Amino acid sequence: MATPEVARDDLVRLPASRTRSPWREIRALVARRVALGVVTLFLVTVVVFAATQVLPGNAAYAVLGHSATPQAISALEKEMGLDRSAVSQYWSWFSGLFQGDLGKSLANGEPVGSLIGPRLENSAFLVAVSGAIGTAIGVLLGLWAALRRDKPIDHVLSVTLLALTSLPEFVVGIVLVLVFASVLFHVLPAVAVLSPGQAPWDAPKLLILPTATLVIVTVPYLFRMVRAATIEALESEYVEMARLNGLSPLRVLVRHALPNAIAPTIQVIGLNFLYLAGGIVVVEFVFNYPGIGQGLVNAVSDRDIPIIQFTVLVLAAFYVFMNIVTDVIALLATPRRLFR
Amino acid sequence: MSSPAVATRTGDAPIYSVRRRESLHILRGALKTFRGATGALLTLGVVGVAALGPLLAPHGGTDLLGAPFQKPGSDLPLGADELGRDVLSRVLYGGWELLLVAAAGTALGIVVGTAAGVVAAYVRGSADALIMRTVDVLLAFPQLVFVLLLVSVIGPKTWLLVVGVGLSHAPQVARVLRSAALDVSERDYVKAVEILGVPPGRVMRREVVPSLITPLMVETGLRMTYSIIIIAGLSFVGFGLQPPSPNWGLMINENRIGLTQNSWPVLAPALLVALLTVGLNMLTDAIARVALGVDRAERAIAAEALGAEPTVDVA
Repeated sequence: MATPEVARDDLVRLPASRTRSPWREIRALVARRVALGVVTLFLVTVVVFAATQVLPGNAAYAVLGHSATPQAISALEKEMGLDRSAVSQYWSWFSGLFQGDLGKSLANGEPVGSLIGPRLENSAFLVAVSGAIGTAIGVLLGLWAALRRDKPIDHVLSVTLLALTSLPEFVVGIVLVLVFASVLFHVLPAVAVLSPGQAPWDAPKLLILPTATLVIVTVPYLFRMVRAATIEALESEYVEMARLNGLSPLRVLVRHALPNAIAPTIQVIGLNFLYLAGGIVVVEFVFNYPGIGQGLVNAVSDRDIPIIQFTVLVLAAFYVFMNIVTDVIALLATPRRLFR
Repeated sequence: MSSPAVATRTGDAPIYSVRRRESLHILRGALKTFRGATGALLTLGVVGVAALGPLLAPHGGTDLLGAPFQKPGSDLPLGADELGRDVLSRVLYGGWELLLVAAAGTALGIVVGTAAGVVAAYVRGSADALIMRTVDVLLAFPQLVFVLLLVSVIGPKTWLLVVGVGLSHAPQVARVLRSAALDVSERDYVKAVEILGVPPGRVMRREVVPSLITPLMVETGLRMTYSIIIIAGLSFVGFGLQPPSPNWGLMINENRIGLTQNSWPVLAPALLVALLTVGLNMLTDAIARVALGVDRAERAIAAEALGAEPTVDVA
């Protein structure tokens, strides 16, 4: 303890000299993570294809329905290439994905890409807006409750959000419609139908209820994770140490506690976006919002296999991609992990 | 003292009875807390409505009795739905199938997931790698989307809903149970029976799985909640349980257009689904808090709900 002034603050930071090039390690980890993601994604394409095209009720039958004649089925099978071997079918679909040839919709013959493209933009916008708002609310409330642990506000927040946890999206959506768009008040539109070519950001009022639904559904989880992670960080030994060393509470919080809550928080934020990717299916259906979720539901009614395949693939790819991104950011935000 | 000793040697492995007592203890502890008691009460109430409803319903679930969206009156206490059917009767009929399918899907998911997770953790090596890579791939599909994918080809069959929901739960269950089983597999009593030459299958069944009772209880509660959300949600979008027999998810969607004329056919089932999921969730929460302690439970449940890698050991 010859130089306590320096040592105090550096208790949690390991001197750089103790490690050999952390960046090389990071690069290796990231490369491994990406490689694993690519493999996962490849297997995802196999699962999607197998589920839609090889399963017993085959696609041609699914399209034409029970009353189809054998001739009609075999004609369509030929048109869809279903008479070829599964591997060759898979290969032409898979290689098509890379050449931008996503096939044609069975419902109206339009290219899958031009049908899904605009929907994808709409959905991405909805997810981004709901994710950003939900994250901000969830993180702030979680921090607030953790810092006021066991005070009245913590209890009020915890109990309220517990009651909101695990409400199904469609129940939340319908109740919001009931309250704000039909029975009680009539201040907001009950549906979020965009006219063709209209961008969602040009119609903010339409987006209020779908966004609110997604925010209400996700905030409780974010809140609980952030609260728990912050409390854990506040109770850790190094924070205790910093406190015992006489640092001011604000300094303890900002310099020592919060950095250790960042990695878990980033992970929750990432998870939240993943959750939203699944949640939009029902929410878009509730509000008739023209995104890929509603498109997927429509495609399932029409048994429009190429649309289903590509939509599911996009959602799964989003999952794999987001996982890599959050893992890497969390890794960079956790100094301890880097120096181990 | 002689008879218990004999019993342990001949009968059921003693660990099972110990664990059974432990799980009852946890359950009793959970029911003593405010959230546990409230959760159990809500859950039992809604399950009661679903189970006894068909016996109490004043009319058939598909009888046409009034004008579409007729307002509540003396003959139809909650009014009529889009086709003029009695809303009260449809609500009373509309829960049991939903609950049965959800329970069956949950059971399947827990069994498959536990088997995969325990084998991965206990056997390790290439079996572990194979199982966990499969888990990674399956986790990439949002649960509802996964079931939709199956339904899109085979059609909305009830058995398919059970299988689809079960399979969509299995990866996350496997991940949680694997991380718990990894810890259990290293314990002394497991090592001890291994030295005695007990075959691996038996060690897993009789020593490892019974020690996972806590994560299993929490997992079952969580999965049941999601099963209900998924099946009600699928029915809501039209690909779950099929008309004309009533179910709560479907009712909400088919009567949306008449919300301003008669809101009961939407409100009543929505309320029941909400009370059920909230009740189950509170009960599960209470169980986790008793079993894991408040702070670990908070983090474990929230992480799980969003589908995270288990960060907290749950054994």
